[in-house]
Amino acid sequence: MLGYIDKIREISKRLLDEGRVDMVIGFRKGTMPMMNEPAFVKTPGEVSTLVWDSNCGINLANYLTDRKEKIGVIAKGCDSRNIVTHLLENKTKRDKLVIIGVPCKGMIDRRRITAMFDDEVREVTEEGDVITVKGTGFEKKLKKAEILQDNCSKCIHRNPVLYDELAAPLVEEQKDIDRYADVRLIEAMSPQEKWQYFEDLLSPCIRCYACRNACPLCYCPTCFVDEARPQWVGKSQDPIDIRTFHFLRAYHCAGRCTDCGACERACPVGIKIRQFTSKLNRDCLDMFGWEAGLSLDQRPPLDTFKPGDPGDFIK
Amino acid sequence: MKVIKIDKKDWTGGIKKIQDSYRLFGPVKGEKFHDFKELGKGELPDLNFSNTRLSPKSIVYPQSEIMFEYSLDEKDSDHHIMKDAAKNYSPRAVLGIRPCDASAFLLVKRNFDTPEYRDPYWIRAYEATTFIGAACNNPCSTCFCTTAGSGPFNEEGLDILLSDAGDCWYAKAITEKGEKLLNAAGWSKAAAGGSLKKIESLKKEAEARISSSILTDQLKNKKTTELYEAPFWEDVSFACINCGTCTYLCPTCWCFDIQDENSGCSGVRMKNWDSCMFPLFTNHGTGHNPRGTKLHRVRQRFMHKLKYYVDKYDNGIQCVGCGRCIRSCPVNIDIRRVCDMMNSYDPKACACPVK
Repeated sequence: MLGYIDKIREISKRLLDEGRVDMVIGFRKGTMPMMNEPAFVKTPGEVSTLVWDSNCGINLANYLTDRKEKIGVIAKGCDSRNIVTHLLENKTKRDKLVIIGVPCKGMIDRRRITAMFDDEVREVTEEGDVITVKGTGFEKKLKKAEILQDNCSKCIHRNPVLYDELAAPLVEEQKDIDRYADVRLIEAMSPQEKWQYFEDLLSPCIRCYACRNACPLCYCPTCFVDEARPQWVGKSQDPIDIRTFHFLRAYHCAGRCTDCGACERACPVGIKIRQFTSKLNRDCLDMFGWEAGLSLDQRPPLDTFKPGDPGDFIK
Repeated sequence: MKVIKIDKKDWTGGIKKIQDSYRLFGPVKGEKFHDFKELGKGELPDLNFSNTRLSPKSIVYPQSEIMFEYSLDEKDSDHHIMKDAAKNYSPRAVLGIRPCDASAFLLVKRNFDTPEYRDPYWIRAYEATTFIGAACNNPCSTCFCTTAGSGPFNEEGLDILLSDAGDCWYAKAITEKGEKLLNAAGWSKAAAGGSLKKIESLKKEAEARISSSILTDQLKNKKTTELYEAPFWEDVSFACINCGTCTYLCPTCWCFDIQDENSGCSGVRMKNWDSCMFPLFTNHGTGHNPRGTKLHRVRQRFMHKLKYYVDKYDNGIQCVGCGRCIRSCPVNIDIRRVCDMMNSYDPKACACPVK
């Protein structure tokens, strides 16, 4: 995907030169291996700071919420689906956006790669499908397909669903992917086992809210956990409050989550937060044939009613 | 102060003895990373680590701490009276704390232990604690302790400094508290004459491995209002998602919030970590928020650490260079970059020194 960057810069420069956008939102090179920083450029002279590689996992739709400028935004498959969701939920306007679509080949899993080595990973470079990891006294080549973020390895919408410009030819979508193996494992557990599983899953949570804040869906002006008058949720490390936060947040994402993985990527203590949203995503697929963010012409299942909707839960 | 040689075969036995008279905390490898935990009897700290994901500040300053308890049941004679919660301030020891994290306690102390105000919970827990540092032979690429007032062998804030000399530990007793703990462990073999030299050479090697640095020399001279109004804050804050990762992982962030929580007819008053990154942090009862945008909040964090603190205490920056906020920031906001922008800011040049 390194090859995309010249085209991304060329498009960005043109959009800024022609005054079609006030800024382009993309990534600049990070200060650590496997990290890039979301950034904006406002002048054609700055486009050389934009980068694109396998470390652009942050969902840039999150940076569009309620902005008033005309924006060029770089969008891989999941970002574009969250832009669609933003448009459906009136968090941005189509005529304010120029979407620079990036056919994506997946983002690499920084935490997994870091955990593979005893010593610090000091440099990571990529060439095609080979990722080279270097540290003091070691160097290892890894196949990109084997170290993708979990959500990317299960992604079947790598190409942007909505775009005005394209940074590269569309890529082949992954087929015959078992996307919900984890969900089935949990579904097969007894209630006690499930309880313990989620207890263990959430036990490292420090309530920093990085998962929520990295999520483009979480734009409520005041999140329920921040509601102070009256206060809804306690502020301590009480497991009941921690559970309440994660469970409610997950349900609030039902039918809207694009499985972009921003929440897991952001979590400083490595909680697999998608264990919640994956189940809801699969239920939406099973019950409503719905995947979020694929079309501007259809309302999401949870904000509309159709006579054929499943009603088994009404007894 | 004297240097004790601890043969590695005497390590386990000494730790067991320490636990006879101290609650012992140390780094333990969880599923994915190391963190400080209270060690069970006979449980050993795992010192094969670079640093813990979370800082050890919670050993003295827990994320949630109950201060008072009360009853709301009018049948109770002492209903509606705040009573001190039971506390355990028996001696505790932290084995394996990194020197950067230990020096952070001194820095936090300037806030919690002042002539005007003394935080009894923090002070009593701090005074009950003996800090046994593990010098850092292999600092990370994100460590910049040597230019942030600390260092891989820095002794400030420590009672004992352990240096790993391969086949043995050298334990340098820095305070009386430290000597007392060494006695409790039964570690008493004085190291041979060359040990201080050996520690000094390990220290030089470790310092030479620090590859990252910041400049802070101009921060004090900068005008607060000019830094506050600098144009680079839009660029610095853009990526920020306003989560609490940087502040919660930071060994020097000290802000907290006080909450009452009732359950049925009883309740507690507690303090919980808070974060200047959260909008609620400064939300007024009126609904007005003086730090209403993320730019305000990001600027506050850096101005507090790198300007307000510098001016108020005249004792360096409110940062020890542990690098946690850099390593764990979900969007790669880097305090080293921001510090350099602030330190080199020239409002007359005004062209934004960003790119």
